Amino acid sequence: MHIVVCIKQVPDTAEVKINPETNTLIREGVPSIINPFDENAVEEALRVKEQCGGSITVVSMGPPQVESTLRDMVAMGVDDIILISDRAFAGADTLATSYTLGKTIQKYLGDYDLIIFGKQAIDGDTAQVGPGVAEYLGIPQMTYVVKIDEVFSDRLIVKRELEEGYEIVEASLPAAITVIKGINEPRYPSLKGKMKARSAELKVVSAADIDADPERIGLKGSPTWVSKIFTPPAKGNTEKIVDEDGSSASIVVEKLKKLQVI
Amino acid sequence: MDYFLSEEQKMIVDLARKITQEQIVPNRARLDEEEKFPTDILKKIAEADLFGLYIPEEYGGFGGGVMDFCLAVEEFSKGCIGVSVSFAANALGSYPILAFGTEEQKKKYMPDIASGEKLAAFGLTEANAGSDAAGVQTTAVLKGDHYILNGTKQWITNGGEADTYTIIAMTDKAKGARGASVFILEKGMDGFTFGKKEKKLGIRASATTELIFQDVKVPKENLLGREGMGFIVAMKNLDHSRPGIAAQGVGLSQGALDEAVKYARERVQFGKPISSLAVIQHKLADMATQTEASRALLYAAARFIDSKPREMSKLSAMAKLFATDTSMYVANEALQVFGGYGYMREYPMEKYFRDAKILQIYEGTNEIQRNVIGAQLIKESAAKK
Amino acid sequence: MTNEIKVIKDKCKGCNLCVKACGFGAITIKDKLAIIDLAKCTYCGACEDVCKFKAIEIVRDDVDRSEFKDYKGVWVYGENRDGEFATVVFELIGEGRKLADKLKEELSVIIIGDNSKNLISKLEQIGVDNVYFMEDKLLKDYETNTYTTVIEDAINAHKPNIILYGASSEGRSVAPRIAARVQTGLTADCTELDINDENDLAQTRPAFGGNIMATILCTRRPQMATVRPHVMTKATKSKSKTEINIVELTTKVSKDDLHTKVLDYVKETKGNVNLVEADVIVTAGRGIQGPENLKLIEELADALGGCVGASRAVVDADWIDHFHQVGQTGKTVHPKIYIACGISGAIQHVAGMSSSDIIIAINKDPEAPIFDVADFGVVGDLFQVIPKLIKELKK
Repeated sequence: MHIVVCIKQVPDTAEVKINPETNTLIREGVPSIINPFDENAVEEALRVKEQCGGSITVVSMGPPQVESTLRDMVAMGVDDIILISDRAFAGADTLATSYTLGKTIQKYLGDYDLIIFGKQAIDGDTAQVGPGVAEYLGIPQMTYVVKIDEVFSDRLIVKRELEEGYEIVEASLPAAITVIKGINEPRYPSLKGKMKARSAELKVVSAADIDADPERIGLKGSPTWVSKIFTPPAKGNTEKIVDEDGSSASIVVEKLKKLQVI
Repeated sequence: MDYFLSEEQKMIVDLARKITQEQIVPNRARLDEEEKFPTDILKKIAEADLFGLYIPEEYGGFGGGVMDFCLAVEEFSKGCIGVSVSFAANALGSYPILAFGTEEQKKKYMPDIASGEKLAAFGLTEANAGSDAAGVQTTAVLKGDHYILNGTKQWITNGGEADTYTIIAMTDKAKGARGASVFILEKGMDGFTFGKKEKKLGIRASATTELIFQDVKVPKENLLGREGMGFIVAMKNLDHSRPGIAAQGVGLSQGALDEAVKYARERVQFGKPISSLAVIQHKLADMATQTEASRALLYAAARFIDSKPREMSKLSAMAKLFATDTSMYVANEALQVFGGYGYMREYPMEKYFRDAKILQIYEGTNEIQRNVIGAQLIKESAAKK
Repeated sequence: MTNEIKVIKDKCKGCNLCVKACGFGAITIKDKLAIIDLAKCTYCGACEDVCKFKAIEIVRDDVDRSEFKDYKGVWVYGENRDGEFATVVFELIGEGRKLADKLKEELSVIIIGDNSKNLISKLEQIGVDNVYFMEDKLLKDYETNTYTTVIEDAINAHKPNIILYGASSEGRSVAPRIAARVQTGLTADCTELDINDENDLAQTRPAFGGNIMATILCTRRPQMATVRPHVMTKATKSKSKTEINIVELTTKVSKDDLHTKVLDYVKETKGNVNLVEADVIVTAGRGIQGPENLKLIEELADALGGCVGASRAVVDADWIDHFHQVGQTGKTVHPKIYIACGISGAIQHVAGMSSSDIIIAINKDPEAPIFDVADFGVVGDLFQVIPKLIKELKK
């Protein structure tokens, strides 16, 4: 079974702070990490490989520094890594990114059986690239996957976590799934893996390599664009009271009555 | 401070550090409170390939030495030495097999230990044989194809959790110190049972139990080396494992020191953080200097042992002695920096303090270490004549 | 859309104004010259606006607006299950009506399923002008390929200007598929929508884990957005008695078009658990100390008619199912009232609940970061506060 996992390197948004004077993001010193959902995606791929055999290729579109994250994936146990990097891709929105990833998979990994994505990237938070790539490749998609129930050579049964319950869904392969955090706990890279990762071959792919249509990549291929950014209004001063033996209970109930909740 | 670690050594440190921060630190209070063996954490350490650091590649290990091992132990110890001793005791339990075992014995036992699949433990100490190791009373009598073992071991780390045990037993009482032998026992052997888990002052996550042998039939093939080698194996084993304990000391010192510095910067009294007071700065300075010195001595000893010298007891004893006395000192001072908060269970400092004490006691008390060093100094001086 | 950003060397004085203005940390000054990191730049133009020396130039392709006039109308995706619309649909209709009025265009709802006709009556007198519906037994359960094709055909036939979807699991599955199918733009998780001076849909949404808000525009038609539930106001009864114009969609659907098959659907049985639609959520943090204390949280939630949520720590400790997790790696919720019990307020948790209307926090640590985002905070022992609270509520 050939599994492809698409990952993204993102700033650690938990560490991102707003500069109170300029109201802008402070990105210096914010570490770049693998998108947490993508780590679950890679772990799931490793588990499927452990069960069914085969190989795993991890692909990422980004600037050259993404190489370190891709090597970390080899340390976790994946077989091959591809970095899609080109100035021409800069400024891509999810449509252009889906096209670029799709084209790369078509050209270099055409024999794939399953593509796994993390649900969403924690910087963009759109959750659009998984379905976008699935659409480009014309394969079925299953999102919000919390468990892979069964894998066969020609189909897949998964459990999806929805708002009010769970859905068991089946699709034939090749297919794409997007996974959520509850699906697994990613393993630590092993020492042997880390040493292998150091010397692993990294394939770097440019726009020319994939015969990318210049109209569909980067900014030109992006119908959405950021016209403005601003910091959200800070919540006003918090009203705080100190409780003594549950004395605050009646005050809270008063507040809730005033807000017409009860 | 750069100790010029190799690329691989840096990877070991990175991995061990990550596991410490993500797995050990968030769970250490609970494991201490519940006196629970850190099975899940050891599984993660196994996943990261860190169990086989000192084991040759042909048995599934990393093929490294004492230095590589100590780097991992040090990192884990910054988090909790209850966890790090559960990890380190494997080396103590399996090194005899590596150093004195036959090819069959190594092939049989080492791969599972290297993968972390099975844990190991070393059984020497008894109720009447602590510092006086020669006082071992467990007997092993050869009967046909088996040795029959009878006796009790006390305070064995990883007791009950380990699958593989290297046990010192007397095969010939008449020969005194030359009458002991080493046997490999497996959990589940008929007559081999475990006493209850001891309730301790510190390292409460670590499993410390009695090993009880009642007519345990141990196959002849499980004798390590030859009859009579028991104490030689034991002494060489302890020589080799002392840096691991020193590493625990260095790690604990560093962990306690880091907490103390952080706290001193946050705690405001008399209108400013206590870190601005000279008295605190001097305390921290002394703690840091001693910690760094113990680290430097540890690494020197570890690297020296990896060069496979003829005599290593003195340096290895020095490293253990200095690092563990330092850790007790640093833990005590760090708790003092925390003041009242240091005494409260809600804060991590009291655990560092309780844990540190054992380091001055096990794997040869620091008094025994001084014996070793003293004896060696005199021997060297005599030889110079 | 081609954008090129460049710094004009002769004009740049290295004054740092652009560095401070850049919301994405993409500009650095080296040797008194601004250098823009294309990997971080989003071409938002904040730097261009602020540069006193006009040293930054962003060249934008002109948007080809020639075909835009053919696209008219605001559509709402009528997500439905078991004979009911998802609550968010009514919020989209409310918002969609406002947008349609500003554009002086019509508001429509598109319904797909096996029972679509019967749902139309639920849309009466709330400002809906048209309904496009597709009814077929094969479409009973949401399935991506068929639903995408139905909507694609509808877009080609009827050319809507704007399509709004709820940012539900269904909306977030189908919307990007359609966007890729018809090659248009989609903005996810919008919290604010408006029509700007150029008559384009201005789509505002949080980014960077909620640290920043971005307004997005789309250069193609239709303009599509998924909208967070519980943020927009529900549609109100409209005074006009205009009858809804009903149009049946004509896409042919066959079994082969179903690319996924739902084998089973299991509703989560532990009480009311639709966190995403809940009006009241009471969340348990590590402060509850053990799974046996969850029933205290459940009791409080019951007394308020709400749902039980959990922080990641509680889920990781296996005290409750991941289903209840609120936060960046759990669910994003927008209730009227969010009561955080024994929760420290780590940013990853806050990201999942910060858009709640009212946040009440109970924590014994007065320095806990949760108090920075709470509207009302109680510093106290939750084991004392909550039982008393339940008692008061039951009075």
